[in-house]
Formats: sequence, C-alpha cells, structure tokens
Amino acid sequence: MSPANHQPILIRGGRVLDPSQSLDGTADVLLADGTVAAVGEGLEAPDSVRIIDASGLIVTPGLIDVHVHLREPGGEHKETIESGARAAAAGGFTAVCAMPNTDPPIDDPAAVGFVAAEGRRAGGARVYPVGCISVGMKGEQLAEVGEMVHAGAVAITDDGNPVMDSGLMRRALEYAQTFGIPVADHPEDLALSAGGGMNEGLVSSRLGLRGKPNASEDVHIVRDLLVAELTGGHIHLQHVSTRHGVEAIRQAKARGVSVTAEASPHHLHLTEEACDGYRTEAKMNPPLRSEADRQAVREGLRDGTLDTYATDHAPHHYDEKEREFDDAPNGIVGLETSLGLGLKLVGEGLIDLPTLIERMSCQPARAFSLQGGTLEVGTIADVTLIDPAAQWTVDPAAFLSKSRNTPFGGWELVGRAVATVVGGRVVWEGS
Amino acid sequence: MDTARNLEAMHIDMVVIRHSSSGAAGFLAERIPSNVINAGDGSHEHPTQALLDLLTIRDHLGPISGLKVCIIGDILHSRVARSNIFGLLTLGAEVAVCGPRTLLPVGIEELGVRVFNRVEEAIEWANVLNVLRLQLERMKGGFVPSLREYNRVFGVSSQRLAAAPQDILILHPGPMNRGVEIDSDVADGPHSVILRQVTNGVAVRMAVLYLLAGGAPELAETAKGPSPGREEGAP
Repeated sequence: MSPANHQPILIRGGRVLDPSQSLDGTADVLLADGTVAAVGEGLEAPDSVRIIDASGLIVTPGLIDVHVHLREPGGEHKETIESGARAAAAGGFTAVCAMPNTDPPIDDPAAVGFVAAEGRRAGGARVYPVGCISVGMKGEQLAEVGEMVHAGAVAITDDGNPVMDSGLMRRALEYAQTFGIPVADHPEDLALSAGGGMNEGLVSSRLGLRGKPNASEDVHIVRDLLVAELTGGHIHLQHVSTRHGVEAIRQAKARGVSVTAEASPHHLHLTEEACDGYRTEAKMNPPLRSEADRQAVREGLRDGTLDTYATDHAPHHYDEKEREFDDAPNGIVGLETSLGLGLKLVGEGLIDLPTLIERMSCQPARAFSLQGGTLEVGTIADVTLIDPAAQWTVDPAAFLSKSRNTPFGGWELVGRAVATVVGGRVVWEGS
Repeated sequence: MDTARNLEAMHIDMVVIRHSSSGAAGFLAERIPSNVINAGDGSHEHPTQALLDLLTIRDHLGPISGLKVCIIGDILHSRVARSNIFGLLTLGAEVAVCGPRTLLPVGIEELGVRVFNRVEEAIEWANVLNVLRLQLERMKGGFVPSLREYNRVFGVSSQRLAAAPQDILILHPGPMNRGVEIDSDVADGPHSVILRQVTNGVAVRMAVLYLLAGGAPELAETAKGPSPGREEGAP
C-alpha cells in the first residue's frame, strides 16, 4: 500500500447520518488505519491528516448494493469486475455483491476466489462474491457451499435462473444455515412465465407481446417463504415487483419467518407503460408491472417489508439491446443512478433520508452479514459523502460502467455522491 | 440494426417488411428515412389486412360505424385481430372477440371490445364474423386440446349460421383450415366474402404503395399514419 493509503482523513462539518446508531447531526468523522477512529464535534486534526470539508454534505455509512451483475468472467464486453467496481464507487457504493450467473458460473471456490481477487485489484467499491446454489446453475445438485464461503462467498443464489425444484430450495435453505449465509432467490415460476418478455397486462396485449403474469412471481415468493419457514433458513427475495408478493412477505415477517427482500429503483419509479414503443431499455426481469404493483412496492419499501434497496445492475452492450423487443436481453444498469433515484423517493415524500440510508447501507450489511453499514468507532472506514442539493441530469454516456442500458437517461435528479471512501481510502471523488 | 443500415445505404424509397417480432416494423421505421410498410409484425399488427377487411365490409354493408363485428379464434397470437380491433373501433364499429380463453390476450376487454365465450352467442350478436386461422402448432403449445374439439366448440358451421337472426357476413384472412375454424360449406357459401377480400387486398396494397410513392401528395401525409410504435385508435 502506498503511504497515501495510510493518510488519515478528517471529514469535517458534515451532517453525519448513521441510522445504525440513530445518529443525525453535524459532526466530524476521523478515519485512520482503515477504521472509523472517532465521530464527534470539533475533532482535533492529527498530523498529516487530509481534511475534507463536508459542510453542506451528508456523511453516511458506505452504501451497499447486494444485487449487481458484473459479467466477468464471460461477458467482459458488457462489464468487468473493475469497471463495475468503479461504477459502483461513482454511484456512492462502498460495496457490492456480485451475482454468480457469469460464463462459467461462479459455482466453485476457485471461481469465488477469482471474483474476490479481481475485486480487490479493481480499487473501487468492495466486491463480495456470491456463489451459485447449484452446480452450473442447473438447479440440480447443491454446489460446494462451504468451500465457496471459505473462499469469500457471502451468499448463494442461482439468480437469473429461479430454483424450480422446491426440494433443492429446501436443501439449500437447510444447508446454508451452517455457514450463516442467506439464500437469495429470483422468484419466478418458469412454467407460468414461459414466452413472456414483459408484464402480462393491457400493454402487452396491445403491443402483441407475450407477458409474464404477476402470478409467476407470486407463486415462487409464497413457495420460498413457506420453505424458509419449514427450514428456519434465511431467504433473501430479490427484486420484488408484485403487490401480492409484497403482501405475502409482510405476512411472513409478521409470523417471524427469516426473510429479507429487495425493492429495485425501476420497480419503484416505472410501470409497464415504459415498454410502450417496444423500448428495450425498459425490458427487465421481473418486468415493470402495473401502477398498483408499483404503489405496493413503494409502500413495501416505506414500511420495511422490502428492507433492502438494490439495483439488479444488469449491463448489456448496446448491440444486444438495439434490436427487436422479443430478442433483447433483460436488465438495466443501475449503479450510477441508484442513489439519485433513491433520493427522488425522499423528495417525493415516500420515505425520509434516514430510512433511505437504512435501506441502502445498514440493512444490506445486516442481511448479508457484511462489514460496514455503520460509522461505529472501530468498524471499517467505508463512508459515502452525499451532496443532497446537487442537481444533475442522467447522462448514460458519462457512466463509468461499460454499458449504457438505462431507461432513466435524461432524468433530472437532485442529490448524488461526491466522494466514496473504502477502507479509509478515497476511491472516487466527484467534481 | 445492420439490416436497417444496409437498406439505408441503398437509398431505398420504400420498404415492405414482414417480421416474426412484434414491433419490428416500427423499429425499422424509426431508424431509416424510407417509408416503411408494415406487412405484419409478430403478434402486433397487420394494417393492410385490416384496411382490406374494412373495405370489404363497407362494400357489402355500407358505413362501418354502428356495425357489430366479431373476431373469432386465436386473438392472442393474431396481428390481424389487433389491426382489425384498432381500425374498427376508430371507425365506430362495435367489436367483440370470441375464442377459447387460452387464446385471448389478458385485459382484452380494456381495449374496448366485448368477449363471447360461446360462438353461438357471437353469431347471434354479430353482423360480421371475421374468422381467424387456427395455427396448427397451437395444439402442441397446449392452448387447445385438439382440432376436432376446436371445430366442435368454436367452428363456424352452416348449422350454427342457420340460427343467426340476420344476414351475416363471413370474412377470413386466409389461408383457411377447412373443417377446423370454418366449414367448407360456410367458406364457399352465400355469406362468405373471402375471395372479395383477396381481390380488395390487391387494391388496398396498390393504394398504399401509390400514396407513399408520392401519388396524390395531398393524401400522402394521412396515409403515413401516426408515428410508429403507437397505434391510433387504441384508447
């Protein structure tokens, strides 16, 4: 490590907002030796400290996105671990969880080790590998979960593929308990969604496109909740998009089922109408749904049923998206718009700022047992500095991500990250 | 996309496109300066078929407004159905659809059409039946159990037409599966205008080409229709 890495940082005069300790007030934050050394008013500056003037800024525990696709290995034309980790840092994230549906999939300890090593080399946000549930993501045989955890995996999922075999899901939820990791699932009954490219509803009927009904997601959400209840395992439900799905999770939480769940920016801001005109940048899975579903997802995020705000960052090369709707791949990039779109929810009055930081930092850390998510003294020095007043326009051409596939291009947003600190080192600074 | 660029490089004035993906014609039209004629895109639209159907109906029954038209069969996969629905509603007709629920798109009622579960009810209601071809592969897809059963439940037969309270007009976009969605004695019978559709198809397509090629320039803008990707008449 270069000497600069050891230089302490004093973040002075910001609004320190740390929901994990119910902190919200003007204070200084001193970072030294890779940890949070002190938080308080009028901290004295040690020798050779770098002072960051944070007046007018919000200082929060580093943001964490537990659901990103970094495409490496196998899809390096869309994204690499390095470009993804840098895009994450530019979006204010200090850590991301990389999904294992690469080519080949991350289903053994060597592959997990590769992702972890590339992540460390990237010098952006921390990259936590997530391993597959099943060998080859085929949904048949349980992968070497223990070995993968030993190599650095923080969760398992077959994301991209739902786990169609309920028996396998049971075994995964049982087995993962030894290692204290969540089993993340992309809930979708493929038999019910077969052939669908967008939400099944009036818009799909008008456009002549086959749809995926809400029920295709609901059936698997309910299945997962019941199997989690049966086993006592921790199910993490990804990108929940349906009103009945939200309600089922709410009820399961009330009965004490060990479940955490995500809401994604696009399901909070857009509906199936965005697909009109066969706009492939609005094609994702689960699809954008009806306004009633969007409202339910928003209410779920507000009341904590959906406790984690995660992007499902899914880069695709423009060649792949610039084509017929049926043939275009699912997914949009999200890392560099996530915070702005989250702050938009605050601006709209849906949630307050501490709740947003809770959903973007504290809770993701808790759900995946990651370091960070707090500014408690002695914890790792992962910090995000946010300018809540910065007005900016989403310009996909300016993304650090290798991909530009977003339906939010041209959106006027207020608030963005201005500096991202990982392990006491500034990995990204805005102008 | 490369196909579009190649077409553009050839400086072509008009492109007629038929494509298996919904939205493909609009996709092309947004990317090249040529006039693009949609000759059928996936399950989305088949505009010239709807125009020739409208012309055929008007030839026989007069103004479209107020007529009751029922489209029978596989609405889910049919571009003919969607273009007919949008065109007929725009011109003031009442529109219904009838077919097995497995082959009706979700929320079809919200487009402003009524739904008949039984073909007998449709026949009793309608002035015009537009009978769609049942693609044989639908049976393998599990949408209908068998062609025999489809004919028995939804087939348009002379026996069923005999119960019609009024003189009824029978259209079919072709090619027909005789004995499946339509019986031969209906297809060849006095109510059928199926061959008139074919003749009108030539005239309609000549007119579209003529207008877009610059004939009657005062009409050309109208002929180009609304911007691609969005249909006029969809409420």
